Amino acid sequence: MSKFQGQESYGNQLNYELLPFSFDRFNDDEYILTNLAGEHLMMSAADLPTLINRGLDPSHHQFASLRSKHFIRYPEEQAPLSLLALKVRTRYSRLPPFTNLHIFVVTLRCDHSCPYCQVSRQMEGEGAFDMTQEMADRALDFVFRSPNPAIKIEFQGGEPLLNFDMVKYVVTEAESRNQQMGRDLQFVIATTLSLISENVLAFCKEHSILLSSSLDGPKDLHNANRPRPGKDSHQRFEAGLKLARESLGYDQVSALMTTTDRSLDRVRDIIDEYLRLGFNGIFLRALSPYGFAIKTKKFMSYDAGRWLEFYKEGLAYILELSKAGIPFIEQYTALVLKKMLTSEDPGYVDLMNPAGIGIAAIVFNYDGAVYASDESRMLAEMGDESFKLGNLLTDSYEQIILSDRLLDALDESFTLSAPMCSECAFEPFCGADPVYHHAMYKDVLGRKAESPFCQRNMAIFKHLIELMRNDRQTRDIFMEWANGC
Amino acid sequence: MLKLGGKVARIDAVDVSDKPHLFRVSTRDLPGALRKDRAYLVGPENIPDGYVHYLVPQAHESRVEEFTEIGAYTVLPPEYFYLGHDDVIRLSADRTSIRVLFRASSNHNSILMTEQCNHYCLMCSQPPKSADDSWLLNEIEELLPLIPRDTAEIGFTGGEPTLSGDRFIRIMGLTKSYLPRTAVHVLSNGRSFANLDFAKKYAAIQHPDIMVGIPIYSDDPTLHDYIVQAKGAFDETLRGILNLKMLGQKVEIRIVLHKQSIPRLTELCEFIGRNLLFVDHVALMGLEMMGFTRANLDVLWVDPHDYRDTLSEAVGILSRYRMNVSIYNHQLCLVNDDVQPFYRKSISDWKNEYAPECATCSKRDGCGGFFSSGVKFGYSSKLVPFL
Repeated sequence: MSKFQGQESYGNQLNYELLPFSFDRFNDDEYILTNLAGEHLMMSAADLPTLINRGLDPSHHQFASLRSKHFIRYPEEQAPLSLLALKVRTRYSRLPPFTNLHIFVVTLRCDHSCPYCQVSRQMEGEGAFDMTQEMADRALDFVFRSPNPAIKIEFQGGEPLLNFDMVKYVVTEAESRNQQMGRDLQFVIATTLSLISENVLAFCKEHSILLSSSLDGPKDLHNANRPRPGKDSHQRFEAGLKLARESLGYDQVSALMTTTDRSLDRVRDIIDEYLRLGFNGIFLRALSPYGFAIKTKKFMSYDAGRWLEFYKEGLAYILELSKAGIPFIEQYTALVLKKMLTSEDPGYVDLMNPAGIGIAAIVFNYDGAVYASDESRMLAEMGDESFKLGNLLTDSYEQIILSDRLLDALDESFTLSAPMCSECAFEPFCGADPVYHHAMYKDVLGRKAESPFCQRNMAIFKHLIELMRNDRQTRDIFMEWANGC
Repeated sequence: MLKLGGKVARIDAVDVSDKPHLFRVSTRDLPGALRKDRAYLVGPENIPDGYVHYLVPQAHESRVEEFTEIGAYTVLPPEYFYLGHDDVIRLSADRTSIRVLFRASSNHNSILMTEQCNHYCLMCSQPPKSADDSWLLNEIEELLPLIPRDTAEIGFTGGEPTLSGDRFIRIMGLTKSYLPRTAVHVLSNGRSFANLDFAKKYAAIQHPDIMVGIPIYSDDPTLHDYIVQAKGAFDETLRGILNLKMLGQKVEIRIVLHKQSIPRLTELCEFIGRNLLFVDHVALMGLEMMGFTRANLDVLWVDPHDYRDTLSEAVGILSRYRMNVSIYNHQLCLVNDDVQPFYRKSISDWKNEYAPECATCSKRDGCGGFFSSGVKFGYSSKLVPFL
């Protein structure tokens, strides 16, 4: 019918413009293109120069996707710029509200003596490593200086339950102050659950406190990783878990695992243990080069490559489970996927840019020292105080937040200007981890080509993209994970 | 299909004027004070006097002799059997034809604002006309005060309703004033809202429950522009949506499924998940065999049976992105089971029918069925009645 025009009348021009994007070789034949909003597209090595030289024909099979993912536009189009700006603003929307997570190290004492422990363990019963009420008050002064309408206070140790009176004090005092401040206030206790009691749970229930715990795998593995008097860490965890779930609610207790050399051949056993105990996901974590892990050379006992094998085997098993109708997620994957498949950022401290230190999370040590992150205080326990931002007794909020130590680390590690990061196509999925790199290389950037952080994450990004593009079902599962976290 | 307008059988009116007249229909013996602007629909009962006009169904035509004393009347052909209390009708200026403007018993009242449009969609069910039809707007301003205050929902459609600019804004404002508790749905291509001043005027109405349903047919701007036959439409529509959402207004995205939109449907859904996560609802809609669709059938028709897996994938993507999604205008036996939670019976009651194949189906009550036009002009050859 003549009154209708053919499709060729609606966009056949060759005058497209490039919008900002990065590219990197993905394999022998293909490049990956990404933009600041985290959109990605695979393109053949042959087509890429044509695209960049603005010679790609509008009939090319990827031309429409290049436009809709905002890699190119026609000069008269305005929506692509508005949408790109909106997406990038959304990804950075956690920055303006500032610090959310405030970690209170209420004691260094612990009933466990894990060889990889990231902070010095101290004997039970010594009061010298406990946070005092005065210190807690100062820390709370600091907490409520954060402009963030949502405040999370996490209690760490040691084992925080060994100084439960201080936990109770901080919670009640924070709630009392919050009647004026009106923040969305949330509490978490990081505990092994070994010392959980009806008493503790009653308090947690009354104040809606979440529990974050540790589970390294089946009994033999867990107990080998986590020695304590009686060698009963796993038994206590399982009993505590049941008690806590009954009292607080099934999903109010989470667990984290740490990968040691003993774990490497047992990823299925570990996942099965999480399944058996009714968890709907697992966080496959590599050992960090901090604290006792470095002293005992634990973290050197496997390299990034070996850990990746472990991770990939675990992920494959989890996907197998999901496809069989047993919903279970790998949480690190889910965080990365959120950055890949959505326009949001999950706000995971290790994968943020600018780095999350200080501005996403901050740590108050028992002795009043303020650290830029949990890893920072572990580094300090080893004698490296690069990320000790000040002390609650002597320094003001402004002195600490505006300290050169914090600002320089944020500035120098900023991935959009860091060598090898700024031009990396995987940057939108990644983050700055100045503390890690300082621990490894004594400088916040490190050498990316050698960095296990870089190796590990690049391999994960590529692996996830491969998995998705080869299998629609995996892509569906990943999309669910990306939006569920 | 209900007949909503046409010639009347016979008229005896003393009030013939040069203006059309809108009446509320009454079937009840209302107090005298309420009879002055209502038309009484004659039934078997005694006919109360004092109504400004009387509607006499042909079945009761023998009663017209009673009207010598009672007043002006119109004899209605049998197609208007459905008329009821609180409906609103229009008698033309010459009093020779009737149009039903509002049906109190229906949840699908849709008010035509104009037949003009800046799109010329390949599958338009209501092909646009360029003639000045601003009389429709005058009529709407008369109609709004007559609609019952407890009406749950009304729709405004076109053409492109926003083309009248400030007049559109005025009518939305009147709708809020007269019907503050009525949900309002506007079918628009959204392009007018790319003008931020216009979008602000619309938002300033502060209607508590209004939503604009805006079509996006592809993530590929060229393909969208081709489908709506308007260059630059995609860009303007997107900017319109962004303005509306920036101003806190509700927006629904409507995607009509056909041979042009199906091939990139999953890409479109991912585009929505990444770019328009904040829209309030996404509707995936079957093709209506009306208007231009029939002329462009070769470039539009695809059997829903053949795209059922694509539809499942599309719904899967949108629901994983946690979006509200609905499937409209589809038949139960032509969609996969996994989309059941999103399946809606959506076709307006007055044009909803079932095919002969459906006679033995046990799930008819749960099925959206067809547009009347679908039954008449073609539908899937793969219907399978549930037994």
